[in-house]
Amino acid sequence: MAKTTVQEFTKGLWAEIPPFRLVLGLCPILAVTKTVENGVGMGIATTFVLVCSNVLISLLRSVIPKRVRIACFIVVIATFVTIVELVMQAFAYPLFLKLGIFIPLIVVNCIVLGRAEAFAAKHSPIPSLADGLGIGIGFTLSLTALAAVREIFGSGTFTVPVSGVALPVFGPEFQPFSFMIEAPGAFVCLGLMLCIMNMVGKK
Amino acid sequence: MSDLILLAISCIFVNNILLMQYLGNCPFLGVSKRMETATGMAMAVVFVLVMAGAITWITNAFILKPFGYEYLRTLAFILVIASLVQFVEMFLRKAVPALYAGLGIFLPLITTNCAVMGVCLINVKEEYSFIEALTSSLSYAIGFGLALILFAAIRERIILARVPRPLQDTSIGLVSAGMLSLAFFAFKGMV
Repeated sequence: MAKTTVQEFTKGLWAEIPPFRLVLGLCPILAVTKTVENGVGMGIATTFVLVCSNVLISLLRSVIPKRVRIACFIVVIATFVTIVELVMQAFAYPLFLKLGIFIPLIVVNCIVLGRAEAFAAKHSPIPSLADGLGIGIGFTLSLTALAAVREIFGSGTFTVPVSGVALPVFGPEFQPFSFMIEAPGAFVCLGLMLCIMNMVGKK
Repeated sequence: MSDLILLAISCIFVNNILLMQYLGNCPFLGVSKRMETATGMAMAVVFVLVMAGAITWITNAFILKPFGYEYLRTLAFILVIASLVQFVEMFLRKAVPALYAGLGIFLPLITTNCAVMGVCLINVKEEYSFIEALTSSLSYAIGFGLALILFAAIRERIILARVPRPLQDTSIGLVSAGMLSLAFFAFKGMV
């Protein structure tokens, strides 16, 4: 069981990449992937919460009583989500408006609570940090990939994160396939990506 | 009154919480494999969401707003919802064992169901009055139940069908959720 820190980090990138391997945290994945910029923003916000809450929970793991641990985890997570909310309001207000209620909803993102319960509560801070970072980056990658597919086919553009410039991909004659950026397209697209993941990787 | 009916229809069909607002999708895929679990979850959500809608509205209007603590809304709401769920669970176990047997295992899951938290936040964001907040909570919950039960019925049929191996389970589930969502998409622009 003596996994190295590097292994804890890399498992989040492929072997346990959310949401494909761990089917958790679907709501933000489906909701914010209309443009690449939104997807990356949401991924970074979630990664920050995941890393900080993992480290803090792992530091406090001997102090937290077993019976009320879920409540304690939620308070820790909610604290970091509030920090993210306030920081985004101050420095990335347009993105904050676009992501809307999905920023406060990181609190109830099953991935964050799931990692706290399954990993951070049983391991020391350094592996927990690696685990949080790995899963967080894996989550950001999936969000970006799904957002790229949906945006390229749905609106024919590719929004570069941070600068916010929408680059046209197909040229002016392209008719946007708007099914992809609406709700039904999100489900179908994620389902098909999951299918491709199953075909590529072994179960 | 007609405003409330309009609000209810828009929350149940047009802005269906599962299929149009993408909230609460983890239980949507998790418990929809069998009809009994889907019905249990749907009832538990209706039960908790109405109470959570009312109590978070009160928290927001009488505690957070007057004292200017609105930036702590996320923290306050999740604590209120978590303790409400805990309280309901204890109350049901003592007072109504029959109902507890049906809803029991779904109640703890509801704390991390983003539909509940999401609706409470939507109520605040849209600045609903108390009655409007109650109506929207109830109708969102009914919409959740409707979509979940419809979807469970579809999934029970899918089990009997021959699905290609890579598409099995969650993957085909998501694609069929997309089709169901397409059906609800037709309501768009109705209200």
